[in-house]
Amino acid sequence: MSTVPRFWRHIPQRYNLVGTHCSKCDEYYYPPRTICPNCRRNAKMEDHKFKGLGTVVTYTTIYNATDDFKRQTPYNLAIIELLEGPRLTGQVICSPSEIEIGMKVKPVFRILGKEGDRGIIYYGTKFVPVEGSI
Amino acid sequence: MRSVSIIGAGCTRFGERWDDSLRDLVVETGIMALEDANVCGEEIDGLYVGNMSGGRFVEQEHIGALISDCAGLSRLHVPSTRVEAACASGGLALRQAVLAVASGYSDVVIAAGVEKMTDVTGGVAADALAAAADREWECFFGATFPALYAMIARLHMHRYGTTIEELAAVAVKNHHNGCMNSISQYQMEITVDKVLRSPLVADPLRVLDCSPITDGAAAVVLAPTEMAHKYSDAPIKILATAQASDTLALHDRRDITTLDASVHAARKAFGQAGLEPKEIDLAEVHDAFTIGEIAAIEDLGFVEKGEGGRAVEEGLTWIGGEIPINTSGGLKACGHPVGATGIKQAYEMVLQLRGEAGKRQVEGAEVGLTHNVGGCGGTALVHIMSR
Ligand SMILES: [Zn+2]
Repeated sequence: MSTVPRFWRHIPQRYNLVGTHCSKCDEYYYPPRTICPNCRRNAKMEDHKFKGLGTVVTYTTIYNATDDFKRQTPYNLAIIELLEGPRLTGQVICSPSEIEIGMKVKPVFRILGKEGDRGIIYYGTKFVPVEGSI
Repeated sequence: MRSVSIIGAGCTRFGERWDDSLRDLVVETGIMALEDANVCGEEIDGLYVGNMSGGRFVEQEHIGALISDCAGLSRLHVPSTRVEAACASGGLALRQAVLAVASGYSDVVIAAGVEKMTDVTGGVAADALAAAADREWECFFGATFPALYAMIARLHMHRYGTTIEELAAVAVKNHHNGCMNSISQYQMEITVDKVLRSPLVADPLRVLDCSPITDGAAAVVLAPTEMAHKYSDAPIKILATAQASDTLALHDRRDITTLDASVHAARKAFGQAGLEPKEIDLAEVHDAFTIGEIAAIEDLGFVEKGEGGRAVEEGLTWIGGEIPINTSGGLKACGHPVGATGIKQAYEMVLQLRGEAGKRQVEGAEVGLTHNVGGCGGTALVHIMSR
Protein backbone atom coordinates (compact mmCIF):
# COMPACT_ATOMS: atom_id res chain seq x y z
CA MET A 1 0.00 0.00 0.00
CA SER A 2 1.32 3.46 -0.92
CA THR A 3 1.32 6.78 0.90
CA VAL A 4 -0.77 9.72 -0.32
CA PRO A 5 2.12 11.86 -1.70
CA ARG A 6 2.80 9.19 -4.32
CA PHE A 7 -0.54 10.16 -5.86
CA TRP A 8 -0.78 13.93 -5.31
CA ARG A 9 2.73 14.50 -6.62
CA HIS A 10 1.49 14.13 -10.21
CA ILE A 11 -1.96 15.75 -9.86
CA PRO A 12 -1.43 18.66 -12.31
CA GLN A 13 0.04 16.35 -14.92
CA ARG A 14 -2.53 13.58 -14.58
CA TYR A 15 -5.67 15.70 -13.92
CA ASN A 16 -4.99 18.49 -16.36
CA LEU A 17 -2.66 16.89 -18.92
CA VAL A 18 0.20 19.25 -18.14
CA GLY A 19 3.36 18.20 -19.95
CA THR A 20 6.41 20.04 -21.19
CA HIS A 21 7.57 21.82 -24.32
CA CYS A 22 11.18 22.42 -25.36
CA SER A 23 11.34 25.87 -26.94
CA LYS A 24 14.82 25.12 -28.27
CA CYS A 25 13.72 22.31 -30.64
CA ASP A 26 9.93 22.92 -30.45
CA GLU A 27 9.14 19.36 -29.35
CA TYR A 28 6.24 18.60 -26.96
CA TYR A 29 6.44 15.98 -24.20
CA TYR A 30 3.70 14.16 -22.39
CA PRO A 31 4.27 12.63 -19.88
CA PRO A 32 6.45 15.62 -18.87
CA ARG A 33 10.21 15.32 -19.16
CA THR A 34 12.82 17.33 -17.27
CA ILE A 35 15.49 16.72 -19.90
CA CYS A 36 14.80 17.03 -23.63
CA PRO A 37 16.23 13.93 -25.37
CA ASN A 38 16.91 16.06 -28.50
CA CYS A 39 18.78 18.93 -26.80
CA ARG A 40 19.75 17.40 -23.44
CA ARG A 41 21.78 20.03 -21.54
CA ASN A 42 20.89 22.82 -24.01
CA ALA A 43 17.13 22.33 -23.66
CA LYS A 44 14.72 25.12 -22.67
CA MET A 45 11.82 23.31 -21.02
CA GLU A 46 8.51 24.94 -20.04
CA ASP A 47 5.16 23.55 -18.87
CA HIS A 48 2.50 23.02 -21.51
CA LYS A 49 -1.15 22.15 -21.02
CA PHE A 50 -2.31 19.73 -23.70
CA LYS A 51 -5.83 19.89 -25.19
CA GLY A 52 -6.03 16.11 -24.89
CA LEU A 53 -7.50 15.57 -28.35
CA GLY A 54 -5.87 12.68 -30.12
CA THR A 55 -5.98 9.54 -32.22
CA VAL A 56 -5.79 5.86 -31.23
CA VAL A 57 -2.46 4.47 -32.51
CA THR A 58 -3.00 0.96 -31.14
CA TYR A 59 -5.17 -0.62 -28.45
CA THR A 60 -6.11 -3.72 -26.51
CA THR A 61 -9.00 -4.83 -24.34
CA ILE A 62 -7.84 -6.14 -20.98
CA TYR A 63 -9.70 -9.18 -19.59
CA ASN A 64 -7.14 -10.17 -16.96
CA ALA A 65 -5.91 -7.22 -14.86
CA THR A 66 -3.80 -6.69 -11.77
CA ASP A 67 -5.72 -6.72 -8.45
CA ASP A 68 -6.21 -2.91 -8.40
CA PHE A 69 -8.00 -2.94 -11.78
CA LYS A 70 -9.83 -6.31 -11.57
CA ARG A 71 -13.23 -4.72 -10.97
CA GLN A 72 -12.99 -2.67 -14.17
CA THR A 73 -12.45 -5.59 -16.59
CA PRO A 74 -12.92 -5.76 -19.47
CA TYR A 75 -11.57 -2.30 -20.27
CA ASN A 76 -9.86 -0.77 -23.29
CA LEU A 77 -6.32 0.54 -23.09
CA ALA A 78 -4.76 2.50 -25.94
CA ILE A 79 -1.72 4.41 -27.02
CA ILE A 80 -3.04 7.81 -28.05
CA GLU A 81 -1.20 10.33 -30.19
CA LEU A 82 -2.07 13.86 -29.08
CA LEU A 83 -2.61 16.58 -31.69
CA GLU A 84 0.61 18.27 -30.51
CA GLY A 85 2.61 15.09 -31.25
CA PRO A 86 3.43 13.16 -28.10
CA ARG A 87 1.92 9.78 -27.28
CA LEU A 88 0.51 8.51 -24.01
CA THR A 89 -1.13 5.39 -22.59
CA GLY A 90 -4.71 5.67 -21.37
CA GLN A 91 -8.09 3.99 -21.12
CA VAL A 92 -10.74 4.56 -23.77
CA ILE A 93 -14.32 4.32 -22.51
CA CYS A 94 -16.39 2.54 -25.16
CA SER A 95 -17.39 -1.01 -26.01
CA PRO A 96 -14.52 -3.36 -26.98
CA SER A 97 -16.13 -3.84 -30.40
CA GLU A 98 -16.22 -0.09 -31.03
CA ILE A 99 -12.56 0.85 -30.49
CA GLU A 100 -10.31 0.89 -33.58
CA ILE A 101 -6.99 2.21 -34.82
CA GLY A 102 -7.42 5.79 -36.06
CA MET A 103 -10.38 6.54 -33.74
CA LYS A 104 -10.50 10.19 -32.56
CA VAL A 105 -10.73 10.70 -28.81
CA LYS A 106 -11.05 13.47 -26.19
CA PRO A 107 -10.18 13.48 -22.46
CA VAL A 108 -12.57 13.07 -19.51
CA PHE A 109 -11.87 13.18 -15.77
CA ARG A 110 -12.57 9.87 -14.02
CA ILE A 111 -11.72 7.61 -11.09
CA LEU A 112 -8.76 5.57 -12.32
CA GLY A 113 -8.35 2.99 -9.62
CA LYS A 114 -8.30 1.99 -6.01
CA GLU A 115 -5.47 0.43 -4.09
CA GLY A 116 -6.76 -2.71 -2.38
CA ASP A 117 -10.09 -2.74 -0.48
CA ARG A 118 -9.54 0.23 1.81
CA GLY A 119 -6.75 1.93 -0.09
CA ILE A 120 -6.49 5.30 -1.80
CA ILE A 121 -8.91 6.11 -4.60
CA TYR A 122 -7.09 7.94 -7.35
CA TYR A 123 -8.23 10.01 -10.28
CA GLY A 124 -6.94 10.98 -13.67
CA THR A 125 -7.66 11.30 -17.34
CA LYS A 126 -9.46 8.72 -19.47
CA PHE A 127 -10.62 9.16 -23.05
CA VAL A 128 -13.91 8.86 -24.93
CA PRO A 129 -14.57 8.64 -28.69
CA VAL A 130 -15.39 11.87 -30.58
CA GLU A 131 -17.65 11.99 -33.63
CA GLY A 132 -16.23 13.61 -36.78
CA SER A 133 -12.92 15.49 -36.92
CA ILE A 134 -10.99 16.97 -33.99
CA MET B 1 40.05 -7.79 -24.46
CA ARG B 2 40.48 -11.54 -24.00
CA SER B 3 38.37 -14.13 -25.75
CA VAL B 4 35.91 -15.80 -23.33
CA SER B 5 34.39 -19.30 -23.39
CA ILE B 6 31.67 -21.17 -21.52
CA ILE B 7 33.28 -24.18 -19.81
CA GLY B 8 30.23 -25.54 -18.01
CA ALA B 9 26.48 -25.12 -17.78
CA GLY B 10 23.55 -26.26 -15.67
CA CYS B 11 19.83 -25.65 -15.49
CA THR B 12 17.10 -26.86 -13.13
CA ARG B 13 13.82 -28.32 -14.30
CA PHE B 14 11.48 -25.38 -14.94
CA GLY B 15 7.95 -25.35 -13.56
CA GLU B 16 5.87 -24.89 -10.44
CA ARG B 17 8.43 -26.15 -7.95
CA TRP B 18 6.27 -26.07 -4.81
CA ASP B 19 8.77 -28.10 -2.75
CA ASP B 20 11.78 -25.93 -3.53
CA SER B 21 12.77 -22.45 -2.35
CA LEU B 22 14.85 -19.87 -4.26
CA ARG B 23 17.86 -21.16 -2.32
CA ASP B 24 17.19 -24.78 -3.29
CA LEU B 25 17.02 -23.83 -6.96
CA VAL B 26 20.30 -21.89 -6.77
CA VAL B 27 22.11 -24.79 -5.11
CA GLU B 28 20.72 -27.32 -7.58
CA THR B 29 21.84 -25.39 -10.65
CA GLY B 30 25.17 -24.34 -9.11
CA ILE B 31 26.20 -27.92 -8.46
CA MET B 32 25.25 -28.92 -12.01
CA ALA B 33 27.27 -26.11 -13.60
CA LEU B 34 30.36 -26.58 -11.43
CA GLU B 35 30.39 -30.34 -11.97
CA ASP B 36 29.99 -29.81 -15.70
CA ALA B 37 32.90 -27.35 -15.69
CA ASN B 38 34.99 -29.47 -13.33
CA VAL B 39 35.80 -26.35 -11.29
CA CYS B 40 36.32 -26.22 -7.52
CA GLY B 41 35.38 -23.32 -5.21
CA GLU B 42 38.91 -21.97 -4.76
CA GLU B 43 39.13 -21.28 -8.50
CA ILE B 44 36.02 -19.05 -8.64
CA ASP B 45 36.88 -15.34 -8.98
CA GLY B 46 33.37 -13.97 -9.04
CA LEU B 47 29.63 -14.50 -9.35
CA TYR B 48 26.95 -12.54 -11.17
CA VAL B 49 23.31 -13.43 -10.64
CA GLY B 50 20.32 -12.21 -12.60
CA ASN B 51 17.21 -11.80 -10.46
CA MET B 52 14.33 -9.50 -11.27
CA SER B 53 12.31 -9.26 -8.10
CA GLY B 54 13.36 -11.38 -5.12
CA GLY B 55 11.86 -8.58 -3.04
CA ARG B 56 8.35 -9.01 -4.46
CA PHE B 57 8.37 -12.75 -5.15
CA VAL B 58 10.03 -14.11 -1.98
CA GLU B 59 10.60 -10.93 0.08
CA GLN B 60 14.33 -11.42 -0.16
CA GLU B 61 16.82 -8.86 -1.49
CA HIS B 62 20.61 -9.04 -1.30
CA ILE B 63 20.55 -12.02 -3.66
CA GLY B 64 24.27 -11.65 -4.48
CA ALA B 65 25.46 -12.54 -1.00
CA LEU B 66 22.70 -15.12 -0.64
CA ILE B 67 23.73 -17.20 -3.64
CA SER B 68 27.42 -17.06 -2.73
CA ASP B 69 26.46 -18.24 0.75
CA CYS B 70 24.16 -21.03 -0.53
CA ALA B 71 26.86 -22.16 -2.96
CA GLY B 72 29.19 -22.71 0.02
CA LEU B 73 31.52 -19.89 -1.00
CA SER B 74 31.09 -17.63 2.07
CA ARG B 75 34.44 -18.60 3.63
CA LEU B 76 36.20 -17.80 0.36
CA HIS B 77 34.58 -14.33 0.34
CA VAL B 78 34.06 -14.46 -3.42
CA PRO B 79 32.61 -11.20 -4.81
CA SER B 80 28.99 -11.80 -5.79
CA THR B 81 26.81 -9.28 -7.59
CA ARG B 82 23.11 -9.27 -8.36
CA VAL B 83 22.12 -7.56 -11.61
CA GLU B 84 18.63 -6.49 -12.60
CA ALA B 85 17.08 -5.55 -15.92
CA ALA B 86 13.59 -7.04 -15.48
CA CYS B 87 13.18 -10.11 -17.72
CA ALA B 88 16.66 -9.48 -19.17
CA SER B 89 18.38 -9.82 -15.78
CA GLY B 90 19.87 -13.21 -16.75
CA GLY B 91 21.23 -11.98 -20.08
CA LEU B 92 22.70 -8.98 -18.31
CA ALA B 93 24.37 -11.22 -15.68
CA LEU B 94 25.94 -13.20 -18.52
CA ARG B 95 27.24 -10.01 -20.12
CA GLN B 96 28.71 -8.72 -16.84
CA ALA B 97 30.46 -12.04 -16.32
CA VAL B 98 31.82 -12.06 -19.88
CA LEU B 99 33.16 -8.52 -19.43
CA ALA B 100 34.81 -9.44 -16.11
CA VAL B 101 36.73 -12.26 -17.78
CA ALA B 102 37.38 -10.40 -21.05
CA SER B 103 38.90 -7.46 -19.19
CA GLY B 104 41.48 -9.73 -17.57
CA TYR B 105 40.29 -8.79 -14.10
CA SER B 106 38.88 -12.27 -13.39
CA ASP B 107 39.51 -15.75 -14.77
CA VAL B 108 36.77 -18.16 -13.68
CA VAL B 109 33.41 -16.44 -13.25
CA ILE B 110 29.88 -17.82 -12.81
CA ALA B 111 26.87 -16.23 -14.45
CA ALA B 112 23.62 -17.41 -12.89
CA GLY B 113 19.96 -16.49 -12.95
CA VAL B 114 17.12 -17.38 -10.62
CA GLU B 115 13.48 -16.55 -10.03
CA LYS B 116 11.07 -18.18 -7.60
CA MET B 117 7.65 -16.90 -8.72
CA THR B 118 5.05 -19.29 -7.29
CA ASP B 119 5.32 -18.27 -3.62
CA VAL B 120 2.90 -15.38 -4.33
CA THR B 121 -0.64 -15.33 -5.81
CA GLY B 122 -1.21 -14.67 -9.51
CA GLY B 123 -2.29 -11.08 -8.90
CA VAL B 124 0.86 -10.23 -6.94
CA ALA B 125 3.03 -11.92 -9.59
CA ALA B 126 1.29 -9.96 -12.37
CA ASP B 127 1.86 -6.71 -10.46
CA ALA B 128 5.52 -7.54 -9.81
CA LEU B 129 6.01 -8.20 -13.54
CA ALA B 130 4.17 -4.99 -14.41
CA ALA B 131 6.96 -3.17 -12.57
CA ALA B 132 9.07 -3.82 -15.68
CA ALA B 133 6.80 -1.33 -17.46
CA ASP B 134 6.46 2.37 -16.60
CA ARG B 135 4.73 2.35 -13.21
CA GLU B 136 3.79 6.05 -13.28
CA TRP B 137 2.64 6.48 -16.89
CA GLU B 138 1.54 3.01 -18.04
CA CYS B 139 0.54 0.84 -15.05
CA PHE B 140 -1.09 3.79 -13.23
CA PHE B 141 -3.66 3.93 -16.05
CA GLY B 142 -4.34 0.19 -15.96
CA ALA B 143 -1.65 -1.23 -18.24
CA THR B 144 -0.58 -4.82 -17.63
CA PHE B 145 2.44 -6.48 -19.12
CA PRO B 146 0.45 -8.64 -21.58
CA ALA B 147 -1.52 -5.50 -22.54
CA LEU B 148 1.63 -3.75 -23.77
CA TYR B 149 2.60 -6.72 -25.97
CA ALA B 150 -1.04 -6.94 -27.10
CA MET B 151 -0.78 -3.34 -28.36
CA ILE B 152 2.40 -4.28 -30.28
CA ALA B 153 0.52 -7.26 -31.74
CA ARG B 154 -2.54 -5.17 -32.67
CA LEU B 155 -0.48 -2.65 -34.65
CA HIS B 156 1.64 -5.41 -36.25
CA MET B 157 -1.57 -7.09 -37.46
CA HIS B 158 -2.99 -3.78 -38.71
CA ARG B 159 0.17 -2.75 -40.56
CA TYR B 160 1.56 -6.05 -41.88
CA GLY B 161 -1.49 -8.30 -42.06
CA THR B 162 -0.16 -10.62 -39.36
CA THR B 163 -2.95 -12.95 -38.22
CA ILE B 164 -3.99 -14.46 -34.89
CA GLU B 165 -3.36 -17.87 -36.49
CA GLU B 166 0.28 -16.85 -37.10
CA LEU B 167 0.61 -15.73 -33.48
CA ALA B 168 -0.83 -19.08 -32.37
CA ALA B 169 1.58 -20.96 -34.65
CA VAL B 170 4.50 -19.62 -32.57
CA ALA B 171 3.00 -21.21 -29.45
CA VAL B 172 2.32 -24.49 -31.32
CA LYS B 173 5.95 -24.70 -32.52
CA ASN B 174 7.43 -23.86 -29.12
CA HIS B 175 5.23 -26.39 -27.33
CA HIS B 176 6.36 -28.99 -29.89
CA ASN B 177 10.00 -28.18 -29.08
CA GLY B 178 9.28 -28.17 -25.34
CA CYS B 179 8.00 -31.76 -25.62
CA MET B 180 11.56 -32.80 -26.49
CA ASN B 181 13.15 -30.98 -23.55
CA SER B 182 13.17 -32.72 -20.16
CA ILE B 183 13.50 -29.42 -18.20
CA SER B 184 10.53 -27.82 -19.98
CA GLN B 185 7.55 -26.66 -17.89
CA TYR B 186 5.05 -27.73 -20.57
CA GLN B 187 5.60 -30.99 -22.38
CA MET B 188 2.36 -31.22 -24.31
CA GLU B 189 1.52 -30.55 -27.95
CA ILE B 190 -1.09 -27.88 -28.64
CA THR B 191 -2.92 -26.84 -31.82
CA VAL B 192 -3.74 -23.46 -33.38
CA ASP B 193 -7.37 -24.20 -32.60
CA LYS B 194 -6.61 -24.81 -28.94
CA VAL B 195 -4.69 -21.49 -28.67
CA LEU B 196 -7.58 -19.62 -30.29
CA ARG B 197 -10.07 -21.18 -27.88
CA SER B 198 -8.05 -20.30 -24.76
CA PRO B 199 -9.37 -17.30 -22.73
CA LEU B 200 -8.46 -13.74 -23.76
CA VAL B 201 -5.89 -12.04 -21.51
CA ALA B 202 -5.42 -8.81 -23.46
CA ASP B 203 -6.98 -8.91 -26.91
CA PRO B 204 -5.59 -10.27 -29.29
CA LEU B 205 -3.37 -12.23 -26.86
CA ARG B 206 -4.86 -15.29 -25.18
CA VAL B 207 -3.65 -17.46 -22.31
CA LEU B 208 -1.75 -19.74 -24.69
CA ASP B 209 0.00 -16.75 -26.32
CA CYS B 210 1.64 -15.95 -22.96
CA SER B 211 4.62 -17.49 -21.18
CA PRO B 212 3.75 -18.99 -17.79
CA ILE B 213 4.73 -18.16 -14.20
CA THR B 214 7.77 -20.35 -13.51
CA ASP B 215 10.29 -21.32 -10.85
CA GLY B 216 13.79 -22.10 -12.05
CA ALA B 217 17.48 -21.33 -12.07
CA ALA B 218 20.36 -21.70 -14.51
CA ALA B 219 24.13 -21.13 -14.41
CA VAL B 220 27.07 -21.09 -16.78
CA VAL B 221 30.79 -21.00 -15.92
CA LEU B 222 33.11 -18.75 -17.93
CA ALA B 223 36.88 -18.77 -18.39
CA PRO B 224 39.38 -17.18 -20.78
CA THR B 225 39.37 -19.18 -24.04
CA GLU B 226 43.13 -19.79 -23.67
CA MET B 227 42.42 -21.66 -20.39
CA ALA B 228 39.14 -23.28 -21.43
CA HIS B 229 40.54 -26.63 -22.59
CA LYS B 230 41.98 -27.17 -19.12
CA TYR B 231 38.37 -27.59 -17.91
CA SER B 232 36.28 -28.67 -20.87
CA ASP B 233 36.63 -30.86 -23.96
CA ALA B 234 34.01 -28.79 -25.72
CA PRO B 235 34.17 -25.15 -24.61
CA ILE B 236 31.73 -22.78 -26.29
CA LYS B 237 33.29 -19.52 -27.43
CA ILE B 238 31.47 -16.21 -26.88
CA LEU B 239 31.80 -14.34 -30.19
CA ALA B 240 29.79 -11.28 -29.15
CA THR B 241 28.07 -9.67 -26.18
CA ALA B 242 25.89 -6.62 -26.81
CA GLN B 243 23.36 -4.59 -24.86
CA ALA B 244 21.09 -1.70 -25.77
CA SER B 245 18.38 0.35 -24.05
CA ASP B 246 15.30 2.30 -25.12
CA THR B 247 12.45 4.26 -23.54
CA LEU B 248 10.81 2.52 -20.59
CA ALA B 249 7.29 3.27 -21.86
CA LEU B 250 6.05 1.68 -25.07
CA HIS B 251 4.21 4.87 -26.12
CA ASP B 252 7.52 6.78 -26.39
CA ARG B 253 9.10 4.41 -28.93
CA ARG B 254 10.10 5.47 -32.44
CA ASP B 255 8.04 2.57 -33.82
CA ILE B 256 5.69 0.51 -31.66
CA THR B 257 6.10 -2.69 -33.73
CA THR B 258 9.93 -2.62 -33.53
CA LEU B 259 12.05 -3.16 -30.44
CA ASP B 260 14.84 -0.73 -31.34
CA ALA B 261 16.90 -2.02 -28.40
CA SER B 262 16.91 -5.45 -30.09
CA VAL B 263 17.86 -3.89 -33.43
CA HIS B 264 20.77 -1.97 -31.92
CA ALA B 265 22.04 -4.83 -29.73
CA ALA B 266 21.91 -7.19 -32.73
CA ARG B 267 23.75 -4.72 -34.96
CA LYS B 268 26.52 -4.37 -32.36
CA ALA B 269 26.72 -8.14 -31.82
CA PHE B 270 26.93 -9.00 -35.52
CA GLY B 271 29.65 -6.35 -35.86
CA GLN B 272 31.69 -7.85 -33.01
CA ALA B 273 31.34 -11.39 -34.35
CA GLY B 274 31.96 -10.34 -37.96
CA LEU B 275 28.87 -12.30 -38.98
CA GLU B 276 25.57 -11.70 -40.75
CA PRO B 277 22.16 -12.97 -39.64
CA LYS B 278 22.12 -15.62 -42.38
CA GLU B 279 25.29 -17.17 -40.90
CA ILE B 280 23.51 -18.00 -37.62
CA ASP B 281 22.41 -21.65 -37.38
CA LEU B 282 19.83 -21.28 -34.58
CA ALA B 283 18.60 -18.79 -32.00
CA GLU B 284 16.87 -18.57 -28.63
CA VAL B 285 14.74 -15.41 -28.68
CA HIS B 286 12.56 -13.66 -26.12
CA ASP B 287 9.05 -15.06 -26.69
CA ALA B 288 7.44 -13.94 -23.42
CA PHE B 289 4.43 -13.50 -25.74
CA THR B 290 3.98 -15.00 -29.22
CA ILE B 291 4.20 -11.53 -30.83
CA GLY B 292 7.57 -11.16 -29.06
CA GLU B 293 9.08 -13.97 -31.15
CA ILE B 294 7.62 -12.55 -34.37
CA ALA B 295 9.04 -9.07 -33.65
CA ALA B 296 12.36 -10.58 -32.50
CA ILE B 297 13.12 -12.54 -35.67
CA GLU B 298 12.42 -9.35 -37.65
CA ASP B 299 14.43 -7.05 -35.36
CA LEU B 300 17.40 -9.47 -35.28
CA GLY B 301 17.47 -9.50 -39.08
CA PHE B 302 16.47 -13.12 -39.75
CA VAL B 303 13.45 -11.98 -41.80
CA GLU B 304 12.23 -8.66 -43.24
CA LYS B 305 10.06 -6.40 -41.02
CA GLY B 306 6.48 -7.61 -41.29
CA GLU B 307 7.41 -11.14 -42.43
CA GLY B 308 7.76 -12.66 -38.94
CA GLY B 309 4.25 -14.12 -38.86
CA ARG B 310 4.65 -15.85 -42.21
CA ALA B 311 8.05 -17.27 -41.19
CA VAL B 312 6.51 -19.48 -38.52
CA GLU B 313 3.64 -20.72 -40.65
CA GLU B 314 5.99 -21.51 -43.56
CA GLY B 315 8.21 -23.62 -41.28
CA LEU B 316 11.34 -21.43 -41.46
CA THR B 317 11.71 -21.34 -37.68
CA TRP B 318 10.94 -24.99 -36.93
CA ILE B 319 13.76 -27.47 -36.23
CA GLY B 320 14.88 -28.50 -39.72
CA GLY B 321 13.91 -25.09 -41.12
CA GLU B 322 16.24 -22.32 -42.27
CA ILE B 323 16.67 -20.76 -38.81
CA PRO B 324 15.32 -22.88 -35.93
CA ILE B 325 14.02 -20.58 -33.18
CA ASN B 326 13.56 -21.53 -29.53
CA THR B 327 14.52 -25.19 -29.70
CA SER B 328 14.29 -25.30 -25.89
CA GLY B 329 10.58 -24.55 -26.09
CA GLY B 330 11.32 -20.87 -25.52
CA LEU B 331 9.87 -18.84 -22.70
CA LYS B 332 6.45 -19.93 -23.93
CA ALA B 333 6.73 -23.69 -23.29
CA CYS B 334 10.00 -24.23 -21.38
CA GLY B 335 8.90 -21.53 -18.93
CA HIS B 336 9.97 -18.02 -17.93
CA PRO B 337 11.49 -17.69 -14.45
CA VAL B 338 12.31 -14.10 -15.39
CA GLY B 339 15.80 -13.70 -13.87
CA ALA B 340 16.89 -17.15 -15.07
CA THR B 341 15.69 -16.92 -18.67
CA GLY B 342 18.76 -15.25 -20.20
CA ILE B 343 21.04 -17.89 -18.68
CA LYS B 344 18.73 -20.75 -19.68
CA GLN B 345 18.99 -19.50 -23.26
CA ALA B 346 22.80 -19.77 -23.02
CA TYR B 347 22.45 -23.24 -21.45
CA GLU B 348 20.30 -24.42 -24.38
CA MET B 349 22.84 -22.99 -26.83
CA VAL B 350 25.69 -24.81 -25.07
CA LEU B 351 23.80 -28.13 -25.42
CA GLN B 352 23.03 -27.47 -29.09
CA LEU B 353 26.57 -26.40 -30.00
CA ARG B 354 28.03 -29.41 -28.18
CA GLY B 355 25.61 -31.67 -30.05
CA GLU B 356 23.98 -32.80 -26.78
CA ALA B 357 20.41 -31.59 -27.38
CA GLY B 358 19.00 -35.07 -28.07
CA LYS B 359 15.76 -35.25 -30.05
CA ARG B 360 15.67 -31.49 -30.60
CA GLN B 361 19.30 -31.31 -31.85
CA VAL B 362 19.80 -28.94 -34.79
CA GLU B 363 22.01 -30.83 -37.28
CA GLY B 364 25.41 -29.23 -37.78
CA ALA B 365 24.79 -26.38 -35.32
CA GLU B 366 27.98 -24.29 -35.18
CA VAL B 367 26.94 -20.71 -34.43
CA GLY B 368 24.03 -19.70 -32.20
CA LEU B 369 22.46 -16.47 -30.99
CA THR B 370 20.59 -15.68 -27.76
CA HIS B 371 18.26 -12.69 -27.37
CA ASN B 372 16.89 -11.56 -24.02
CA VAL B 373 14.52 -8.59 -23.54
CA GLY B 374 13.72 -6.57 -20.42
CA GLY B 375 10.21 -5.15 -20.17
CA CYS B 376 8.71 -4.68 -23.61
CA GLY B 377 12.03 -3.49 -25.01
CA GLY B 378 13.59 -1.06 -22.52
CA THR B 379 16.62 -3.37 -22.45
CA ALA B 380 17.87 -5.97 -24.94
CA LEU B 381 20.83 -8.32 -24.77
CA VAL B 382 22.27 -10.28 -27.69
CA HIS B 383 24.99 -12.92 -27.39
CA ILE B 384 26.53 -14.90 -30.24
CA MET B 385 28.49 -18.09 -29.52
CA SER B 386 30.15 -20.91 -31.43
CA ARG B 387 31.61 -24.33 -30.76
ZN1 LIG C 1 14.74 20.14 -27.23
